[in-house]
Amino acid sequence: MSGSVITAVQKLETGIPGFEHVSVGGLPKGRTCLLSGTAGSSKTVFAVQFLVEGIRRGEGGVFVTFEESPENIMSNMLSFGWNLEQLVRAGGLAFVDASPQLDQELVEAGSYDLGALLARIEFAVGKVQAKRVSVDSLGAVFSQFSDVATVRGELYRMAVALKKMSVTALLTAERTEEYGPLARFGVEEFVADNVIILRNVLDDEKRRRTLEILKFRGTDHAKGEFPFTVIPGEGVVIIPLSETKLEQKSSTLRVTSGNDTLDEMCGGGFLRDSIILVSGATGCGKTLLVTAFVSGAEKQDDRCLLFAFEESREQLFRNASGWGMDFETMERQGKLKVVCVYPEVMGLEDHLIRMKKEIRDFKPTRVAVDSLSALERVSTGKSFREFVIGITSFIKHQEIVGLFSSTTPTLFGGASITEEHISTITDSILLLRYVEMFGEMRRGITVLKMRGSMHDKGIREYAIDGQGMHIGAQFHGIAGILSGQPMQISQPEIERMGSLFREELVE
Amino acid sequence: MNKFRLTLYVTGHTPRSEKGIRNLQRICAEELQGTYEMTVIDVLEQPQLAEDQKILATPTLVKELPPPLRRVIGDLSDTEKVLLGLDIAIVGGGNERNGG
Repeated sequence: MSGSVITAVQKLETGIPGFEHVSVGGLPKGRTCLLSGTAGSSKTVFAVQFLVEGIRRGEGGVFVTFEESPENIMSNMLSFGWNLEQLVRAGGLAFVDASPQLDQELVEAGSYDLGALLARIEFAVGKVQAKRVSVDSLGAVFSQFSDVATVRGELYRMAVALKKMSVTALLTAERTEEYGPLARFGVEEFVADNVIILRNVLDDEKRRRTLEILKFRGTDHAKGEFPFTVIPGEGVVIIPLSETKLEQKSSTLRVTSGNDTLDEMCGGGFLRDSIILVSGATGCGKTLLVTAFVSGAEKQDDRCLLFAFEESREQLFRNASGWGMDFETMERQGKLKVVCVYPEVMGLEDHLIRMKKEIRDFKPTRVAVDSLSALERVSTGKSFREFVIGITSFIKHQEIVGLFSSTTPTLFGGASITEEHISTITDSILLLRYVEMFGEMRRGITVLKMRGSMHDKGIREYAIDGQGMHIGAQFHGIAGILSGQPMQISQPEIERMGSLFREELVE
Repeated sequence: MNKFRLTLYVTGHTPRSEKGIRNLQRICAEELQGTYEMTVIDVLEQPQLAEDQKILATPTLVKELPPPLRRVIGDLSDTEKVLLGLDIAIVGGGNERNGG
């Protein structure tokens, strides 16, 4: 034989949703990886899921438990839809039960090793032709034996033996702090080639789970913390933000906003596969604009999915019919699906996964979210930013048009945090603003930006009545509407300003 | 008199295994005077038995009879601890504990 026998590190696809993106292809194949995390950071779920996904792909798995009994694990994992007992009977999964045997006193008389454990692991690996091994958890071994030095040496021997068996192994270890030493008992010293950290941080009274690949020796991975969530029936789902590449196709196809004048202002309608943000203070007609957008689906034979976080289905339908739009018929015809959820019922990560699932299932051509600011309530700034990036990029990838509404905290002018996060991601921004003039509340609308299209630059007045929104003429002789301090400007002044700029343009 | 049934689990023919076997033979000869039955199991040859008994460390000595089931791990070089672990030297104490 000629040539080198040394090959680059290969990756093993784990099958854990999102993990392949974060790890650039999976776990380093044939190597051991340390999975470290505090109590309750879902280490065991991750370790079991790693095996279950392997068995689905025809790769046998061995679960070595030092902590919980196999019976406990089997019953705990049922809620994720994993019937481990059945997998054991079918010969895909084998347990090595090294959990403490409480009914038997253990006396240490002289020196010992963990030879029996190694023999059992090797035996189990052979029995199910295992390609994957999970060991949960290393720290628990130390509590079973008094001789720490021996246990460390033996665990090191186990790591070496696992490597020799050419299985891909996941060893869990506990840590006491979210941002502190890697693991207790210094176990990282002998499986330090690959380290994954699971975190479960309390941030502003909300739990935020993240996964970070600290290192993969000799191979690439995404850096930083990635949020994940643990869902009944699914297990760990990682939300990969770096996956969301900016490679959306852009289309010149137009879709109607549901309002003819607004379509005109936008140069013929919204662009398909674009994200539109509607920003305005409370009561200025955002939901009306959303409703019009939804009913626009009917005119164009689109399918619309509406996520409502502020109003119930009944309220929405009643309001729509008040403006002469028949949501019920649309729903019956399968053109509309309304998903009403209270933002508080789950974390933002779960909202994101649920919304993606709804979009995948219903396959809409337009999506409306009313409103993003309601979701902002239930999250911290960081996870909200991740959520916005996640949902907008997902919608764009599906090549559908998305309309998000957002409430500004002040009546006049101003921008919300929502906009701060989203304004650079959205393709178009519509501003709805109150204008106080001559002791009267009036409303103005403007298209602030619209990527890839000409649009009306004016701030136009609109009125709302039983028929919906009516956009009228531009505000003339008024300055400072967007800043919330409108000022009347006299006609000669406007002309003077106009001529000033004209001169500059000529030069 | 109750007969002791003892099983010693070892890993291969290592010095530690040999030492464990020798120590057990010595203790049995000195303390149990023929009232025992001793089996040595090599976990490399019979891993399923180690799995069934949930043996982790080697050498592990399991006292199956008389009850209660007891385990002693190590090369059994500390005779006192072995006897303590097997409930031999402190039979009276053991009964009291069971009774209480």
